[in-house]
Amino acid sequence: MKVLKTKTPMPEQPVEERIRNFDEVALGYTEEQALIEASRCLQCKDAPCIKGCPVNIDIPGFIRLIKERRYDEAIKKIKETNNLPATTGRVCPQENQCEALCTLKRVGEPVAIGRLERFVADLELKKGIEIPKIEKKYNKNVAVIGSGPAGLTVAGDLAKKGINVSIFEAFHEPGGVLIYGIPEFRLPKRIVRAEIEYVKNLGVNIYTNVVVGRTITIDELLKEYDAVFIGTGAGAPQFLNIPGENLVGIYSANEFLTRVNLMKAYRFPEYDTPIKIGKRVGVIGGGNVAMDAARTAIRLGAEEVHVLYRRTEEEMPARYEEIIHAKEEGVRFNFLVAPVKFIGDENGKVIGIELQRMMLGEPDSSGRRRPIPVPNSNFFFPLDMVIVAIGTIPNPLISMTTPDLAISKHGTIIIDETTGKTSKERVYAGGDIASGAATVINAMGAGKISARSIIKYLLREN
Amino acid sequence: MFEILEKKILAPGVKLIKVKAPLISQKALAGQFVVIRVYDKGERIPLTIADKDEKEGSITIVFQEVGKTTKLLGKLEKGEYILDVVGPLGKPSDIDKYGVVIGVGGGVGIAALFPILKALKSCGNYVISIIGGRSKEYVIFKDEIENIVDEAYITTDDGTLGRKGLVTDVLKELLEGRKIDRIWAVGPTIMMKVVSDVTRPYNVPTIVSLNPIMVDGTGMCGGCRVTVDGKIKFTCVDGPEFDGHLVDFDELLLRLKTYKEEEMLALKTLEESEANRIESFKD
Ligand SMILES: Cc1cc2nc3c(=O)[nH]c(=O)nc-3n(C[C@H](O)[C@H](O)[C@H](O)COP(=O)(O)OP(=O)(O)OC[C@H]3O[C@@H](n4cnc5c(N)ncnc54)[C@H](O)[C@@H]3O)c2cc1C
Ligand SMILES: Cc1cc2nc3c(=O)[nH]c(=O)nc-3n(C[C@H](O)[C@H](O)[C@H](O)COP(=O)(O)OP(=O)(O)OC[C@H]3O[C@@H](n4cnc5c(N)ncnc54)[C@H](O)[C@@H]3O)c2cc1C
Ligand code: SF4
Ligand code: SF4
Ligand code: FES
Repeated sequence: MKVLKTKTPMPEQPVEERIRNFDEVALGYTEEQALIEASRCLQCKDAPCIKGCPVNIDIPGFIRLIKERRYDEAIKKIKETNNLPATTGRVCPQENQCEALCTLKRVGEPVAIGRLERFVADLELKKGIEIPKIEKKYNKNVAVIGSGPAGLTVAGDLAKKGINVSIFEAFHEPGGVLIYGIPEFRLPKRIVRAEIEYVKNLGVNIYTNVVVGRTITIDELLKEYDAVFIGTGAGAPQFLNIPGENLVGIYSANEFLTRVNLMKAYRFPEYDTPIKIGKRVGVIGGGNVAMDAARTAIRLGAEEVHVLYRRTEEEMPARYEEIIHAKEEGVRFNFLVAPVKFIGDENGKVIGIELQRMMLGEPDSSGRRRPIPVPNSNFFFPLDMVIVAIGTIPNPLISMTTPDLAISKHGTIIIDETTGKTSKERVYAGGDIASGAATVINAMGAGKISARSIIKYLLREN
Repeated sequence: MFEILEKKILAPGVKLIKVKAPLISQKALAGQFVVIRVYDKGERIPLTIADKDEKEGSITIVFQEVGKTTKLLGKLEKGEYILDVVGPLGKPSDIDKYGVVIGVGGGVGIAALFPILKALKSCGNYVISIIGGRSKEYVIFKDEIENIVDEAYITTDDGTLGRKGLVTDVLKELLEGRKIDRIWAVGPTIMMKVVSDVTRPYNVPTIVSLNPIMVDGTGMCGGCRVTVDGKIKFTCVDGPEFDGHLVDFDELLLRLKTYKEEEMLALKTLEESEANRIESFKD
């Protein structure tokens, strides 16, 4: 049999249209396309792809079921280990995970595992998600703090086991980065809401508007709950700490994306939260967050959007697909430049940035070549809006108010990686709060580990 | 959903509401605030907790109707609901026994000053209040404050109540006359700036409660950042109270104007909308 060397392409919204709306860019496979793609899988015995998936989905297993058109069973197979497949199928960096290890890469492109996962997950969402029967209820109560992928995974797994779970979320809407960070055009909010609805239907209570550390403390929760899981993410934005950073028109990516996604500023004035949008927008950074901010700015009507990155395209941490999409949509890339200071007018509005040229030196601890400044290379780059997307760190609210919780010098909560246990009795943690900013699926993987050890601890079983 | 238990009009465009929020009520300390969202398309805005009643499980908010959100809030009646209330946010005021303390309050800031003065008084300080407004009807919380302080002064721009002039006129006289150990100033940004300028030569520690534009109020957006002593601070987690002598007020005043055009547009759409009122939240 001849193997198809390339992935079945996924239909996309045409560029001219999509830059004027916030609808999803990638439209998903039709049944026919999914069947063609599923037929590419070699059903390898050793299935290297599974090792690349942080939650070890039985990938050949679910793909075989697609091939046999047993879609209901395919999604069940995925859901054995992944509660949020419509999300991960869309946003996992598959090229570094499951697909990176696919045998087919030796002859061409890997199987489009993520797209197939999304296909069956979307089918299920259309039909209505089936809620598994919970065999037995236990009189055990767990509090989960934060409703991002880590918290939702812990909650889902514990609830399926028959343990009572309450999630406490600071924002008015659950979902974490999936709701406030990743834009609608990459991950429609109706998908996230449906996946959250599923977790609720498993019996999980979600209390929004509760800031743990302020509204209630970990120690108070421990009085009422048998165990506590902290999944509060790494949501605090970092700034460059250069002159002029508080000028009007300079946003953290978090603020910009929160206004647009969570508060729906792209529909102002129908929604009340405003957003400023410049004619020439600069986005500082080279990761997924920078790509999301740049593509959002394009959609809001900016005339020019410039990504400013210290290294070169090769070192950019953003997903390849996102860089391609951004380029197609007209985002311009400026490599080997670093901001020195922001310049404003007499009203305190940003009018530009002083940049310094960089060149690449020896590789650093991350293995990427380190940028070093080129002397006397500073120049002025006019901009009327800037989005700073250089990373986020954990919010200190919980560590500030829980003195006996061990924290690393990066502000992350220190855990035992194999159990999710923190230094504090009955308190577990996982996701970005423990690892630093990472990925959705890693947060879910960490959630699984904690759920398993909480179950072991509470029910004294394996 | 948070029920409005009581509503009062304190001055033209200034309203007081008592909101049922038991968890917040148990925790709230002087100087802290809540973030509210009135309805599902609404903006998140910060408002200070002016008082609380733990038994009833309520908090009191006093607000001035300046734009769309505060106007919508002002239209809600007793028995109706606010969609989201989250808090208490921010660091509580640093309450201690300092000696002689002056609280300077202007406009709605007077209500925000009230719990701070109450806490300072119960801590054994000699508390002096200077509160002011445009004219008589804008001086709110007069009786509440006079009931708890040792000495009370009032100023109005037009002289219809208390002394004609500014709060800082009285402040200067007091600073000349005796030793003052600490000052709290809560009110319009410009007032806090002037108070800080007035007290600087006297070297009296001056605490101000800043009110930048906020989104989350929990430290995740950075929109509320201010420059204090040359460093970036997030008002919602590092503040809202800071040493007034170190705050870059001019920068804050400019940042507050960020959305001027949008705020006007929002207000215009509200005034033009037929119902001129959001769907009320009744259970
Ligand atoms: C713009 C953007 C794009 C991204 N794109 C991708 C992508 O394409 N693919 C990918 O795999 N990853 C992506 N990531 C990373 C990914 O979203 C995160 O790694 C993941 O969401 C981490 O999950 P979490 O559950 O640990 O935390 P979060 O998703 O951050 O959720 C934490 C939750 O806890 C809440 N919380 C915080 N503090 C408190 C408190 N004190 N009390 C109560 N609640 C609290 C927060 O409000 C939040 O809802 C992206 C991130 C961003 C910001
Ligand atoms: C920690 C904190 C505590 C606060 N406590 C109170 C309080 O107890 N009572 C009260 O009435 N207000 C308080 N404010 C101010 C209040 O949040 C704003 O008045 C409100 O956000 C205005 O929203 P709006 O949609 O009604 O008006 P908008 O249309 O957003 O603004 C209308 C006008 O108000 C100005 N403005 C906007 N935001 C602010 C702001 N944050 N502070 C000052 N002026 C602003 C604008 O420049 C504009 O001129 C507080 C602010 C902070 C940060
Ligand atoms: S969850 Fe992510 S890594 Fe795992 S199979 Fe799905 S797309 Fe691949
Ligand atoms: S490695 Fe690739 S081809 Fe082999 S089973 Fe996994 S997905 Fe199929
Ligand atoms: S309001 Fe967002 S960080 Fe302070």
